[in-house]
Order: sequence, then structure tokens, then C-alpha cells
Amino acid sequence: MDLHLKIWRQKDRQSEGKLVSYDLKELNPHMSFLEMLDTLNEKLITEGDEPVEFDHDCREGICGQCGMMINGIAHGPLKNTTTCQLHLRSFRDGETVLIEPFRAGAFPVKKDLKVDRSAFDRIISSGGFVSINTGQAPDATAVAVTHQTAEEAFDAAACIGCGACVATCKNGSAALFTSAKITHMVLLPQGKEERSERVLNMVTQMDKELFGHCSNTEACEVECPQGISVLNIARMNYEYGRALFFRRKG
Amino acid sequence: MILDSKIPEGPLEQKWDNYKKKAKLVNPANRKKLDIIVVGTGLAGSSVAASLGEMGYNVKSFCFQDSPRRAHSVAAQGGVNAAKNYKNDGDSIYRMFVDTLKGGDFRAREANVYRMAECSLNLIDQAVAQGVPFGREYGGYLNNRSFGGVQVSRTFYARGQTGQQLLLGAYQALMRQVGKGTVQLYSRHEMLDLVMIDGKARGIIVRNLDTGEIERHAAHAVILATGGYGKIYYLSTLAMGCNGSAIWRAHKKGALMASPSWIQVHPTSLPQSGDYQSKLTLMSESLRNDGRIWVPSKADETRQPNDIPENERDYYLERRYPAFGNLAPRDISSRAAKERIDAGYGIGPLKNAVYLDFSKAIQEQGKEKIKEKYGNLFDMYLKITGYNAYNEPMMISPSAHFSMGGLWVDYELMTTIPGLFALGEANFADHGANRLGANSLLQASVDGYFIAPYTIANYLANEIHTGKISPDTPEFETAEQAVKQQIQDFMNIKGTKTVDYFHKTLGKLLYDYCGLARNEKGLKYAIEEIRRLKQEFYKDVRVSGQGDKMNTELEKAGRVADYFEIGELMCYDALTRNESCGAHFREEFQTPDGEALRNDTEYQFISAWAWKGENNEPELIKEPLIFEEIQPTVRSYK
Ligand SMILES: Cc1cc2nc3c(=O)[nH]c(=O)nc-3n(C[C@H](O)[C@H](O)[C@H](O)COP(=O)(O)OP(=O)(O)OC[C@H]3O[C@@H](n4cnc5c(N)ncnc54)[C@H](O)[C@@H]3O)c2cc1C
Ligand code: SF4
Ligand code: FES
Repeated sequence: MDLHLKIWRQKDRQSEGKLVSYDLKELNPHMSFLEMLDTLNEKLITEGDEPVEFDHDCREGICGQCGMMINGIAHGPLKNTTTCQLHLRSFRDGETVLIEPFRAGAFPVKKDLKVDRSAFDRIISSGGFVSINTGQAPDATAVAVTHQTAEEAFDAAACIGCGACVATCKNGSAALFTSAKITHMVLLPQGKEERSERVLNMVTQMDKELFGHCSNTEACEVECPQGISVLNIARMNYEYGRALFFRRKG
Repeated sequence: MILDSKIPEGPLEQKWDNYKKKAKLVNPANRKKLDIIVVGTGLAGSSVAASLGEMGYNVKSFCFQDSPRRAHSVAAQGGVNAAKNYKNDGDSIYRMFVDTLKGGDFRAREANVYRMAECSLNLIDQAVAQGVPFGREYGGYLNNRSFGGVQVSRTFYARGQTGQQLLLGAYQALMRQVGKGTVQLYSRHEMLDLVMIDGKARGIIVRNLDTGEIERHAAHAVILATGGYGKIYYLSTLAMGCNGSAIWRAHKKGALMASPSWIQVHPTSLPQSGDYQSKLTLMSESLRNDGRIWVPSKADETRQPNDIPENERDYYLERRYPAFGNLAPRDISSRAAKERIDAGYGIGPLKNAVYLDFSKAIQEQGKEKIKEKYGNLFDMYLKITGYNAYNEPMMISPSAHFSMGGLWVDYELMTTIPGLFALGEANFADHGANRLGANSLLQASVDGYFIAPYTIANYLANEIHTGKISPDTPEFETAEQAVKQQIQDFMNIKGTKTVDYFHKTLGKLLYDYCGLARNEKGLKYAIEEIRRLKQEFYKDVRVSGQGDKMNTELEKAGRVADYFEIGELMCYDALTRNESCGAHFREEFQTPDGEALRNDTEYQFISAWAWKGENNEPELIKEPLIFEEIQPTVRSYK
């Protein structure tokens, strides 16, 4: 199949970017989207041009490193799929495909399709953990966790930190990402002790990083490759309110 | 050179305790004076950096991804082993030790393997305390399942995303320390050389991958936790960025490389479908708990799988290995698949696959149950192949997956360079010639959480009076210049072929001549060809862009340059081992019915290799393996 690509090219953070057109012919529909970009890059290099920089690593939908806007949709047209798991069979022969980086105030563009998502790491480092030292943990079965609870915690813990939720949100909010971690932790007995501190610290950090506020458009859930539910955001808001309430009392 | 493995005295069950009792300690006030570099943020790297940071050392943590949470450990699906015996089915530390040693075809050190089994109990506790949501029974207790190569249920799992959840636990522990300031994080930094001063590891040279800047970092000890080099085959189940550069550059500075040719080929990856393909995707081994593997009993079969009646199917694993059936270990299952494919029974468009069939399990347990167990894997299969595995069998094929080889380390996980440690998949330890499923996440984690914190302290206790290591020394200067020169050289070649072209060509050579099966003639041919390809690379590779800016092609060029040399060493290693063991199958050494023929009288040793300069033959140094606890037997899974 043939594709007509329009790709965002930007030299570095400071430079202005622009869309550049490329034509690719006789692509195999079984190819993944990133393999299509590899093919383009091979061509660009042999022709003496600079290849398109994009982020990726596992190519299995689990590391969270790939991600771009494809025809205006984070990770492209297939639901609950990362860019690396998207295949050309999802496109029509001869289609024009617009490829841009994730855009958000907190995710500056580094080059071409690569953006800086280190803000996510700083949110985690502000409280997204259980404060247990390594080495001498109590026996794992000492505290029972019901199957249901473990599964619910898992649903939230499954976030891969790709940033599609931020890119797709008109406010550039990191609420889905942050709330997923808060929910994961608060559901489990181990994470309960620090629930108030955690939510206050993580929300404060989120604001510091210039992520926008959540205005409940729910666009994030629609494009999240892991199907993380917006109900987590409701839980985060509840936890936040609860923490403030107890803090005032204390 | 005589290799001292530093195995502590005493009976097997007491060795680790004995070691810990005697190991030197560093007083908390002194820890602040000691700097440690950790390269890699996978399970091994994150866990050790978090542990050491928490203890009060100054730690610098490096990885090439944009966040430590993306290290390759994240991709592991199946599970992690621990001899908890929660199922009461007869598991114990001792049984796990025996299974692992036997699984590795008696080519691993007893003491190391025992320690790994021993520490497995703590790992589950640690992970659960961190909030890893392992699968639970309805009553609330931890669940587990069985995995290839064993007959008890000792594998703990978090759906099909065990690696991700374990890594997130370790990453969160690491980020907690970053927040506290005990660990400094350098993501998007690639280590390009090791710096030695007076024979000790004292620092590294790294490239900031976002800016292209070259930086020097000094420390009292350097830990490499940089994962496996299986991506050398180009097509593999590993992430695109996985590489062997860090350990290779340390090797060239004097650290020995052990068993480089032992690379595991996993039986359940998705088959290659075309030339454009960049990697192969693994389907978790856990699928073999319920999936049955077969090929048509007639060669060149053209019918669809569902149209082939039961009596015209060859369930070759169940036929050849009735005791283990579909759960036979990876080396055996992979080879059995290759045997059928080569004999003309392969299926799929390229005739390079076998079927993994769930119809019986779905019939017996119902679709819902199967969905709960493996749903995400079935979804993934659908996304990648476009086929629905609830309705027809999956197609699977063997693919390069895990490197048992790596830097040689002693019981303390220290390489032959003082102050240089290697953890996780980057070292050669524990798995012998074949790794049992779910033992790698375990090894990486216990190395980092429970072993290195003791052994590194033992080393650092003598460094308290050394004082700050300065990066402004001639040694750092020379190393930095060498790195800059190499980058300049790559940029200057301006040839006509891409880096990927060379990587793919090398990978194909290795698959054909140093892959699932090897022979003397092929290996000798491969060594010649690799040398030729390497020469061509240095004449004709084209690296576009600039050396001092963000440049993915340049990153790849450095890695492929190292792969040529690692590939050559792999072939030497395979050539000198005149036996078949685990992942190493020399066609000249097999039983009449095609099973591996081990030779314990002559080859019961670890091959450790010393670098002797470019185009010189490497030197082989042997570490004899002494078995006190169990006597090697012929592995039989029949
Ligand atoms: C698809 C797949 C599935 C698997 N499933 C299982 C399973 O179910 N159970 C199991 O036990 N094992 C499994 N394994 C094996 C297991 O995942 C790995 O062996 C293990 O995670 C390795 O961990 P590690 O910490 O040693 O290295 P990795 O997790 O690979 O981490 C390597 C780190 O080193 C860094 N790095 C490398 N080179 C450099 C450099 N030069 N400079 C800076 N940083 C560098 C990387 O950035 C990364 O942070 C699987 C492997 C694969 C490929
Ligand atoms: S919540 Fe979903 S979209 Fe957002 S970072 Fe996590 S996985 Fe990606
Ligand atoms: S490359 Fe890892 S999720 Fe896409």
C-alpha cells in the first residue's frame, strides 16, 4: 500500500517546527507503524537526509516510550493501543497521515516527534511509592488482599506512563496518570498509611509542573492505551478532599 | 590467571549466612563519603540504586531511556519464581536449587544458584510490601502457577505484566530516593566507557543523548546492570535499545566475559513475517500451561488448522517428552520446534512456525476462564497478527531472548576488575547454559535488593580513606578523548549503507551459524564473515546528522560496532566447547535420537574470556565447576 505522510520536523527545543511531506510506496499492511517510520528513515539516510527522531523501545506496548499524534489522535486510530502496536492495516491505501509530537505545556518538544516527559518522574518521586525500605519486608501473605481488590489495584497500576492522556486533554492535565498511581496505592493495605501525604504531595507537584486542571472532558480515558478509567480521577479528588479535611482537623 | 570465585566456606545452606556474618560494614557516617555509579535502571539497577541510596551512599543512576521506568525489565510477562511452597506441592529452596541447576544443564555454580533460591522468598515479601499487585486467590492469599521446566507451582505473577509491576515497584523505590536526594538520576545518558585508575574501576564516560555532550563521572565503585545483549541477533524479543556496549567496553578494559555464546532462544515468540520487521514479540511462556503445541503430521500441509483432524496432528512435545509435555524447558522446546520446521512441517505463510492451540483448554475450562488467565496476551496477538486466537491456534516460533553469558563475576558479583560489579542479566551467573522461565526477574532483583548491598559494602569498607575521586585526571581525559574520537570516526565515514543494514546482516549470520544449532565449520565461517562485515562497516556505514547533537543513528552505530566484536567472541566460545549443553547445541555432539550430548569429563567449567586486542584470538580461562551437593545427571524430561 502507499501512504502520504506529513510529519512534524523540529530541529530542537528552541527552533520552530514545520510539517514536511514524504511519500512511501508499496508498504506491507502487516508492518507496524514504527516499522513504517524505520522504512522512511532508511530511505532518508540513504538519500542523505536526516532521519525523523521518535521515541520507542520495547515495541510491545508496555514501556510507554513511543507515542505521537496520528491524524490528531494520540497513538492513532485504534482504541487502547500504543503507537508501536498499531499496524498499517488500520489505514487505507493512499491515505494522507498527519504525524505530530504529543503536545502539552509540561511536555516540551526535544526534536521532531520526541518530547520531554520527565515531569511524570518528578510526580512519582513526590510521593508515588510506599515508604518501605528494602531488605526486611514482612511475609507476603501476612496481610490478605482479596482477589477483587488486587485486580482493581492492578487496573490502576497498569498505567505505562506514556503521556497520551496529557496530550489528548485540551487542558494538558496529568490527572489520569497521577490518579492511577494514587488509586493503585490507596487500594492496597500497604499504601494506605501514607494516603494523605501522598495525594497532597503528588497533586502539588502536578501543579508545579504546569499540567493543566482536569475539567472532566474524559478524553483521556478514550485514548489511554491501558484503558485506565476516569473513575480514578474521582477517587483522587475524593482522596485530596479527605486529606485536606483531616489536615485541617489535625 | 586463576579465577577466584570466592565461594564462602561451610555447607551450602549456610554459605550466604556465613558470608554476611563476616562481611565488612561501612559505618553510616562514612557512607556519605562514598560515591557509587549504577548504570542501568532495570530490576537489577533500580533495586540496587534504591537500596544503596537508602543506606546513605551517594548514588548516581544512569539509563538510556527517557525514564528509568522504561528499562527492559518492564516487558517481562510471565512471572517470577520463589520457593514459597504456598501451594503445598512439595516445593522448597532445595528443590528450586536442583531444578535451576538441572535446568541450566549443570553449568552453573552451586553456591550462587542456592543463594538465588534462598533469596527468592524475600523478594516476594519485598515486592508485596512495595505494592506490587500479584495475582491473588479469592481468599486473599497469593496465587501462583507453573512454568516451563518444573513440576511445582512456584511462579508468582501479575497478570501478563509481571516485569512491569516488579519494575514499577523498584522504580518507585528509586524515585523515592531521588526525591530524598540520595540518588541523582541521569536518564537519556549512555555509558560509553569505563575509567580505571590504578587498576580499579573509578568512573565512566557517558554521552548525554539529548544534547550530545560527553560527560565524566567518578566514583568509588561502578555497578553495571545493563541487561542482556540478545539484540545482537537483530530479530529478538528484546527492546530495540538493548545492547552489550557497557559490558563490552568494560571487557576491553580487562573484565572477563563468561559463556558469551549461551543465548537462550525462546520457543513462544511470534514468527517473523517479513524483511521490514524490527523485532519479534514474545508470547508469554505461561501460555504453555494450557496451550498444546503441534504441527500437522503431513509435511507441506495446506489446510487451515481447524480443518486438520486430531489424528493428523503431531503433538511433538507430548510425544517426545511425556513427563513434561508442553512444559519442557525452553532449549528443548525450541530445538524440537526447529527440528519440525526444518523437516518441512512448519506452518504459516513462511512455514517458519508451529501451532499453540487452546481449543482443548477452552472446551474444558470455558472461554471466560482462559480470558481471565491470558486475555491481554490474546489481545496482543490479535493486534499484531490480526488473528483471533480464541477461534484458531496461535502461530509461534523460536526467537533469541536472553543472554546467559555476560561479565564473569565472583560470588560477590564483582568482575575481574576491582570495584566493578555486574548485576542481573549483564553478568553470567546463576543460569548455567539455559535459564528456566521466571528465574531472570528473580536473579536481577535479588542481585540488586539483597546481594550487592552486602558485597559492595564489603568492598567499599576499604575505600573509606580514599577521599573524593576526581574526574580531572589523565585517565578520565584519555577515556573521554577515545570516546570523542570514535564518534568523530563514525561521522567521518559517510558511506552508503545504514547501521540497520549491518545489524540485520550480522544478526542473520549469527542465527544461521551461532543460533539454535552450531557446528565447527559454520562457526569458523561466521568468524571470517563477521570480520569481513566489520571491515565493510568501518568503510561504508553512513551515520547522518551531527556527532554533538541528539542522534539516534549515532547511538545505534556505537552499539553495532560492539556487536561485531561480541559476535566474534560468541563464535569462539561456541567453537571451543565440544559438547552440547543447554542453549549450546553443537550438531557434532548429539545422541542418536537428537538430544544434547554433554561432556562432563572435559567441559565442566565456565569459559571466561580475556580481550587480547582487535583481530587477535581471545584467551580462554577456565573456572572449574565443582559439584558437592548434587552429581550432574543426564537431563531427561521424558
Ligand atoms: C519479552 C521478554 C519477556 C521476559 N519475560 C520474563 C519473565 O516472565 N520472567 C523472567 O524471570 N524473566 C523474563 N525475561 C527476562 C528478564 O526480563 C530480563 O532478563 C531482566 O528483566 C533483566 O533485568 P536487568 O535489570 O538485568 O536489565 P534490564 O531491565 O534490561 O535493564 C537494563 C538497563 O540498562 C540500561 N543500559 C544498558 N546499556 C546502557 C548504557 N550503555 N548506558 C546507560 N544505560 C544502559 C538500560 O537503559 C536499562 O535501564 C523476559 C525478557 C524478555 C525480552
Ligand atoms: S493513564 Fe493511560 S494514557 Fe495516561 S500515561 Fe497512563 S497509560 Fe498513558
Ligand atoms: S515502544 Fe514501548 S510502548 Fe511502544
